[in-house]
Amino acid sequence: MILDELDKIVANLPYGDGFKFVDQLLEISEDHVIGVYRFRKSEYFYKHHFIHQPVTPGVILTECMAQIGLVCLGSYLTKALPEKPQFVFTENHIQFLDVVKPETTVIVTAKKEYYRFNKLKVVVQMLDEQERKIAEGAMSGMLVNT
Amino acid sequence: MTTTEIKDQLFSIVKVYLPQDVDASAITADSHLMKDLGINSAHLVDIALDVEDAFDIMLDEKDMEAMQTVDAAVTIVKGKV
Repeated sequence: MILDELDKIVANLPYGDGFKFVDQLLEISEDHVIGVYRFRKSEYFYKHHFIHQPVTPGVILTECMAQIGLVCLGSYLTKALPEKPQFVFTENHIQFLDVVKPETTVIVTAKKEYYRFNKLKVVVQMLDEQERKIAEGAMSGMLVNT
Repeated sequence: MTTTEIKDQLFSIVKVYLPQDVDASAITADSHLMKDLGINSAHLVDIALDVEDAFDIMLDEKDMEAMQTVDAAVTIVKGKV
């Protein structure tokens, strides 16, 4: 099977299945990325957050935005490097506007503010399939030499 | 722009990125941004970008490596404005 560039980025993400919050990238360029993820009702955290009332934790939504907005875009921006770099999440400021229930598909769009001196900063937003805004804000990560 | 003016402006840029437990009074001309003031590498990039905006200059990787203290930053800025 020959994967296209977008699928290849997702396939090469360094996360295991239980913590990979990217299904597919729809678009990517030097300046932006759009990706989607469907929160399965089987995700382990729904049993605990909250008891008898499953809602996606804000930290997981943040992680989903970081995996698409920072790691996927970062991996695209550094594709010319001989070795696959490692990203660390350095900061974020996110506002949450709505909740994400199990089986919701979210669409994450991130726009690059800058990528300088190994630091990537993006403005990011998350919509649900009804195009309701779930979250928006800014986040950054650094490329580290391993 | 005088050295003092550059230094004052650098102090106010650095102040924004101090960790919570480091007081602004700790900033001196020769304090090491990372070792003495506890500024992390991600914030060092923010400082560099703020310096570029404040003085309308461009910094490169070499400047970034040299920019270890406020004094070193003053020297870099003076060489470019």
